Amino acid sequence: MAGHSNYVPQSAAAKWLESRLPVISLVRGSFVDFPTPKNLNYWWTFGGILFFVLIAQIMTGIVLAMHYTPATTMAFDSVEHIMRDVNFGWMLRYLHSNGASMFFVAVYIHIFRGLYYGSYKAPREISWILGVIIFLIMMGTAFMGYVLPWGQMSFWGATVITNLFSAIPLVGEEIRTWLWGGFAVDNPTLNRFFSLHYLLPFMIFGVVILHVWAFHTTGNNNPSGVQPKTKQDTVPFHPYYTMKDLFAIIVFLIVLCWFAFYVPNYMGHPDNYIEANPLVTPAHIVPEWYFLPFYAILRAVPDKLGGVAAMFGAIAVLFVLPWLDTSKVRSGTYRPLFKQFFWIFAANAVALGYLGAMPAEGWYVIFSRIFTVYYFAHFLVILPMLGFLEKPRPLPASITDAVLKGGSGKPAAAASAPDTK
Amino acid sequence: MSTMIKMVRSFAAVAAIAIATPALSAGGEAPHIDRQQWSFSGPFGVFERGQLQRGFKVYQEVCQACHGLRQVSFRNLAQEGGPSFSEDQAKQIASDYTVVDGPNDDGDMYDRPAILADKFPSPFPNEQAARAANGGAYPPDFSLLAKARAAYRGFPWFVFDAFTQYQENGPDYIYSLLTGYEEDPEGVEVPAGQYYNHSYLGGKLLAMAPPLYDEAVEYTDGSPMTVDQYSKDVSAFMMWAAEPHLEQRKKIGFRVMVFLIFFAGMLYFTKKKLWRNVEH
Amino acid sequence: MAHNTETEDPNRRDFLYIATGAMGVVGAGALAWPFIDQMNPDASALALASIEVDITAVEEGQSITVKWRGKPVFIRNRTEVEVEEAKSVPVDELPDQLARNANLPANAEATDPNRGVEGKENWLVQVGICTHLGCVPLGDAGDFGGWFCPCHGSHYDTAGRIRKGPAPENLLIPPLEFVTDSTIKIG
Repeated sequence: MAGHSNYVPQSAAAKWLESRLPVISLVRGSFVDFPTPKNLNYWWTFGGILFFVLIAQIMTGIVLAMHYTPATTMAFDSVEHIMRDVNFGWMLRYLHSNGASMFFVAVYIHIFRGLYYGSYKAPREISWILGVIIFLIMMGTAFMGYVLPWGQMSFWGATVITNLFSAIPLVGEEIRTWLWGGFAVDNPTLNRFFSLHYLLPFMIFGVVILHVWAFHTTGNNNPSGVQPKTKQDTVPFHPYYTMKDLFAIIVFLIVLCWFAFYVPNYMGHPDNYIEANPLVTPAHIVPEWYFLPFYAILRAVPDKLGGVAAMFGAIAVLFVLPWLDTSKVRSGTYRPLFKQFFWIFAANAVALGYLGAMPAEGWYVIFSRIFTVYYFAHFLVILPMLGFLEKPRPLPASITDAVLKGGSGKPAAAASAPDTK
Repeated sequence: MSTMIKMVRSFAAVAAIAIATPALSAGGEAPHIDRQQWSFSGPFGVFERGQLQRGFKVYQEVCQACHGLRQVSFRNLAQEGGPSFSEDQAKQIASDYTVVDGPNDDGDMYDRPAILADKFPSPFPNEQAARAANGGAYPPDFSLLAKARAAYRGFPWFVFDAFTQYQENGPDYIYSLLTGYEEDPEGVEVPAGQYYNHSYLGGKLLAMAPPLYDEAVEYTDGSPMTVDQYSKDVSAFMMWAAEPHLEQRKKIGFRVMVFLIFFAGMLYFTKKKLWRNVEH
Repeated sequence: MAHNTETEDPNRRDFLYIATGAMGVVGAGALAWPFIDQMNPDASALALASIEVDITAVEEGQSITVKWRGKPVFIRNRTEVEVEEAKSVPVDELPDQLARNANLPANAEATDPNRGVEGKENWLVQVGICTHLGCVPLGDAGDFGGWFCPCHGSHYDTAGRIRKGPAPENLLIPPLEFVTDSTIKIG
């Protein structure tokens, strides 16, 4: 990472530090002088946005933990204490809860950007796999965070999700009991969820560093999918992308603040303002919206173990995606057929999300099954076959070439050396 | 900028496909809840002091025999953005309530009049006592009810709600429940101790007898003393009880928005100026 | 560098950059405040900031300890002997010559009347926290018949003034007021 630094220590003190701990050149090499493709579009700002949201969530979270009590008798009331009595408590809590939702908005856009532009393809497989790991930890963190207010949805969501583990053959029951620390979701469960909810974001932070390290080693992908060849193709990260990312972060903040200040409970569920009651299940349990597509897949399979396997499989398939896509062309821009399947897949994912919120009955189940099959077919059948069937458009010779030919949208006339993987 | 336009376009495309896919009829017949006019809706919404005070009066005289308000403190009655009772009025109101304190030097718990720092005492010591006194039904606590109840909005309305800032599902539902009692319709068997209410989310039969009737509560400010007005006022009061910082939230939110939009604009031009010599 | 943006005079700081930067600083400052203020006492803690205490049962020569803002407050009904003893000490012999009474100006002298309550000189109300490092002193103890802090050996007299030991100041008198003859409001 430090390899890109133009930093030459001037003062004696700076030289002294540099020869002992080259932290300044490390940071400069990674986030100041780092050569970045000059054609990154706004979809690429979501990496920076995600980093910002992660920090924001950690900060609001630490502050909320100063007032929250992780005990079944007091958790619900302590959240209300934050909302009513703590100075700016309502603001911090609404920013944190809506921030979690916006975190997923950003991460889904980020993932779909990677899918469209082939960011998972060689040589960036490790970065992609680390990204999937981040996504998994995020899901765990969000799930446990949602349990903390100890409302009805917290409790029953925790019950349903922990019960998934009982589907594991032979040891399922034991694992479930071990997760609970008892014979139902109760005080030990809440306490350990709080502890882990506090821990996991720091693990995310660690994996994020690896994730960045990996694609800084290979260089960023870019909308053309062509590797930078000359200095003409890149700009230093600072100030070009720091400013662009900052602008995008502020625009993103506007959206977050719209929710946090004006419709703070839009993405929540009313039942979570009822304190947890282990004797009464709400009529209709739904997870938070960002889990809905996976929830739909879970319910689409009429078998307990099968449903759980399908749900985890839906994420597991992302790990092997770099080897499922057989196309030699990286960016979807130059793949006319893939482009269409990409949008069908995106719509399919949204539709699964909608079905996840609907009751599991009648037509909803039928459609859930069709869309679930399509979800897997996209990765396991369509992507491997497209590489052989599709005739990609000619690639630009370089990033500069792609830019000069009128943006990444139009094909470059002279494709001298197609950049293949 | 062109990539941004493209981004918006692709969002629209996904949304359009999603809309076209599962436009199926929702199962069950959810009650239809009419939207009401509330002074506290929208980006500049504020509570109407008189309405909160009237709503509190309705709560005191009609509801509080069965429904608690355990998250709300008496001091909240005098705080900014609420019913705006004076501190002395709030003290007076508090002193009419009895709370349990102790133990005293003899080790006994004792009753004393409430002070501003106390929370509203609940009418029943626990859920079992509440159920025993109400024929098995549990009258829910009012502190958060306005945020804990909402009629199902369905597609595509829930999408619009994010943009129109519709957050008043709770008070709309409470109002419509309180005004939703009607004569038992033909062919519907209503058991003893149950009442027919076309707005009730839990299935039209409700254990709460119609609590309000015209002239039940004396209003001194000239507002109409009707079930309709009582229902509106108490719904507004419950919204305040559930979200006491609503006004502050919207006020700060507006300033935050103005700042961010300004800042985003300046950053946009800064970024543009920086990039002006780079073909990208 | 190939992508030269500095075609203008690089020393001319651009107004746009400065304005944007200033706005960022203002925004960051405003954002910091909620994160700082949330650690201040919340509304429920402030509501408990004053208490009323019934002192009917406190006989002459007796003390009670009540809790105010999470701290002990000593309320003592002093004997005449104790009051006389306190009055007899000249102020300039005291290590701390200020009254430390929240009801009086900060420069009031540490005379016995300034430590007590006007018109009710037998009553002494003070925060029971040693001004050295925050321990709770013991009553009816020490070399001066007042209070004695066992942690580091500070001796207070019958008016709660430091006389010997490491404590720098007299025991603090909280804001107080007699609501009736038998009820004190503290805070």
